[in-house]
Amino acid sequence: MITLSAQPIDAPALLRAFENVVADAGAVVTFSGLVRPASTLGDVRTLHLQAYSPMTERGIEQAVSIAKTRWALSHVSVVHRIGDMKPGETIVFVATASKHRRAAFEAADYLMDYLKTEAVFWKKEVSSDAAIWIEPRTEDYKDAARWREGEAS
Amino acid sequence: MTRILYFGRLTDIAGTSEEILDLPASVETAGELRTWLDLRFEADGALLEPTVRIAVNNEIAFDADALSGADEIALMPPVGGG
Repeated sequence: MITLSAQPIDAPALLRAFENVVADAGAVVTFSGLVRPASTLGDVRTLHLQAYSPMTERGIEQAVSIAKTRWALSHVSVVHRIGDMKPGETIVFVATASKHRRAAFEAADYLMDYLKTEAVFWKKEVSSDAAIWIEPRTEDYKDAARWREGEAS
Repeated sequence: MTRILYFGRLTDIAGTSEEILDLPASVETAGELRTWLDLRFEADGALLEPTVRIAVNNEIAFDADALSGADEIALMPPVGGG
């Protein structure tokens, strides 16, 4: 399931709901990304997230489909925040369920790399004296490239 | 009439996130739109960067693609969430 939420994300509640649905899975991995309180700009007051529906949702759905062909996953949940959020709030929640842990770990890692570098979002950090649009770092692109190397082999 | 959307840092360059325009007859392709908008905003090439992608009616378009039938065009700088 894929959700873009303008409301705060309650990761513990999402995990409980996910575990109820996937009771027979055996392995559940979740990742939560939180808004960092400090950046190159200094103190972050607000992080603003733009999406472009339905392109954003369609792209994430495609990434989930690819993950499901690559790993034996019974369930996947991706919840991404949009709009304005404060430091410490959850910006993204990813959960994967599988029979065994390795598939669940790797699929969650893969989906996060997709979300960081290819998902259709734009981020703006607003500090006390400046606002700057944040684009993926070189490390993010390198992380995402690991999965393409895997496809080639 | 075509709805043009500007995302990310292009919002700042355009001074708006969205506008509705009658495109001039000379703008027939996605690439021509790039050039025309770059001059219009005096963006100094910011819209010509290959990392800025164009979506026509929610599908990624190449510079040579025609804009005929375009209801909504989005100008998209590098994306990334999480």
